[in-house]
Amino acid sequence: MKITIKGAHLFDPNNNVDEVGDLYIEDDRVTDNFSATSSQIEIDARGLYLLPGFVDIHSHFREPGNEDAETIETGSRAAVKGGYTSVAVMPNTNPPIDNEGVARFIKEKAKEANKCRIFPIGTITKGRKGSKLSEMGHLYEAGCVAFSDDGDCVKNSATIRRALEYSLLIDVPIIEHPEDTTLTSEGQINEGVISTRLGLIGIPDVSEASMVARDILLAKFTGGKLHLAHISSENSVDCLKYGKNKGIKVTSEVTPHHLLLTEEEVVHFDTNTKMKPPLRTKSDRKALQKALKKGIIDAVATDHAPHPDYAKELEYSLAPFGVVGLETAFSALYTRLVLSEKISMEGLIQSMTNKPAGILNLPVGEIKKGGTADFTLVDLNAEWTVDPAKFASKSANSPFIGWKLKGVIKFTIVGGILAFKEGEFL
Amino acid sequence: MMNRKDLLGIEDLSREEIEEILEVAKSMEEILERPIKKAPTLRGITVANLFFEPSTRTLSSFALAEKRLSADSINLSASSSSVLKGETLLDTARNIEAMEVDIIVIRHSMPGAPHLLAKRLEASVVNAGDGTHEHPTQTLLDLMTIRKRFSEFDKLKVAIIGDIRHSRVARSLILGLHKMGCEVTVCGPPTLIPKWMDVFKVGINYNIEEVIPDKDILYILRIQKERQDQSFLPSMREYIKYYSLTYERLKKYASSKVVIMHPGPMNRGIEIESRVADSEFSLILDQVTAGVAVRMSILYLLSRRKLNENNN
Repeated sequence: MKITIKGAHLFDPNNNVDEVGDLYIEDDRVTDNFSATSSQIEIDARGLYLLPGFVDIHSHFREPGNEDAETIETGSRAAVKGGYTSVAVMPNTNPPIDNEGVARFIKEKAKEANKCRIFPIGTITKGRKGSKLSEMGHLYEAGCVAFSDDGDCVKNSATIRRALEYSLLIDVPIIEHPEDTTLTSEGQINEGVISTRLGLIGIPDVSEASMVARDILLAKFTGGKLHLAHISSENSVDCLKYGKNKGIKVTSEVTPHHLLLTEEEVVHFDTNTKMKPPLRTKSDRKALQKALKKGIIDAVATDHAPHPDYAKELEYSLAPFGVVGLETAFSALYTRLVLSEKISMEGLIQSMTNKPAGILNLPVGEIKKGGTADFTLVDLNAEWTVDPAKFASKSANSPFIGWKLKGVIKFTIVGGILAFKEGEFL
Repeated sequence: MMNRKDLLGIEDLSREEIEEILEVAKSMEEILERPIKKAPTLRGITVANLFFEPSTRTLSSFALAEKRLSADSINLSASSSSVLKGETLLDTARNIEAMEVDIIVIRHSMPGAPHLLAKRLEASVVNAGDGTHEHPTQTLLDLMTIRKRFSEFDKLKVAIIGDIRHSRVARSLILGLHKMGCEVTVCGPPTLIPKWMDVFKVGINYNIEEVIPDKDILYILRIQKERQDQSFLPSMREYIKYYSLTYERLKKYASSKVVIMHPGPMNRGIEIESRVADSEFSLILDQVTAGVAVRMSILYLLSRRKLNENNN
């Protein structure tokens, strides 16, 4: 298959690409120009930005086990609609991805869905129970790109130490969900002025930061690669600064909702504001934006966590934690952070492409000759309103419903094949 | 003039609305003093009292208020978790509403449960206590009790003593007292006062003996025995030592005109000594009496629009 993309604004800060031009794709690679007549598809991309396809290293596609919330097929649709070409999926499925069978099942389902690249993340411990290590080698060979008990923190410090040590064998990161659950207890939202006013049990920010500190010190001690999921607080950022300054192998991610929202969103008891870690204060949000800008936090990850409407239409304290994010991430961040000059376009794109790809050693996330042909074409001037009825995801639990956003994904190309074209899935 | 569908919290009420509720409650009190304690005001209005938590005072107070005003009412009590029964709270409430109920009075263990119903139902929703969030009708009856004793609210000094952290009564009362111009200090063990209590703009003092002296009102909260199992307190014995309102403390530190209030149910001998609860300083039973009149007032004000429509 040969594709010609004409007149796009090619933009890849990692390779200093920032110019209007044409791009040629042959099979799944970027190639030299070929004659117009041999091109099978020609895309008139004048006025559009051509970006490396986005890479999400933290999504929940719920299959196997919770197909009423999302499937690999619907999750993949949500991904390409949001401009994502690669998605790493978390192993808190049922059964969890703690054996090769489940890892292979996910790869197989991804092939059937045939939309975006899907990379399973294996569990750190068998059954995500926090005690015995999973067979990381076997899982790696079955396609797992990292290990995490996400949703749960590995409470036992000796276990996370052994996991970090053992991972040196295959050189993939251990992704930790940092949370001291004894401090979280029955907490529902950030512990602070809003929890005090609403009478909801609070989750103190130290429940995250204390585990961030523990894990960074264990990464230093073991030499293992540590990746910290969904950082939400200023205290955690301070610990990460220490880690980066000491040259410890630690990376981290932040979600669009933690970058854009605060605990104030909770005041009307809308359960789409309930997630773990919880939305924090304005000063935490500012610290997160600054940390992303300065590279203390490396990547944006969605923590796309679908839940069906009936599960979210409950008393606040009974509703499950988590929000969807793949279809809104880019536009929300572009509109609220880039256009308001809190972060540069270069910074945002790197944190959504080559940087997350680098954390998981994925050979994607760039525009370069011979490189993987995974791209997103976006109209930065077009405006849209977030409407839950129009989501491709099976669930609509978004905290951004009703937001007017700039930036519409027009085309998504995965491995040289058009996966999404102006609202339609191919 | 109060013109709202729901009564969810003191936070949403203006001072004018509070004044109107208290004013109407005064005329309701007159009905209660008649030989035949009944008026036809809410004839044709149907109220469902949906109580997901055990309650004696609040439920009987609402039930009586409804009967005194000739509303049709039903009481539904349910286990605290609707999910355990398999039906969601919203579905339970929708079923009740489908039977042409005009007002749903809800008591629930979780903050925001009445707000969820208010958003989704056409029926009026009255919050009869949502977890540790708000208990607006309690505050309104407390304000009525205070007004009867002091006639003016301005600059009254009130101390709320006990488990502030877990108290919906305290949250609503602080908001209500502030709206009426009173000064509020909270007092209790540091573990039972939220770290972010400043948001309520109250004085904070851990020492009851420093708090008592210049106060007009000492509002004592119930302390739950479970708090010691959850490590908020080392023991009840120690709580009594530092925070129990004893007759000795009262005599030694309080002004001679002080009044004592308590939302009930009381633990005699723990947060309050029997001799104090039964003393001439105590307004505890006056609070209960005011409860019926205040709830009659609220039910009437929430139905007023509908009643006018029916009459036209």
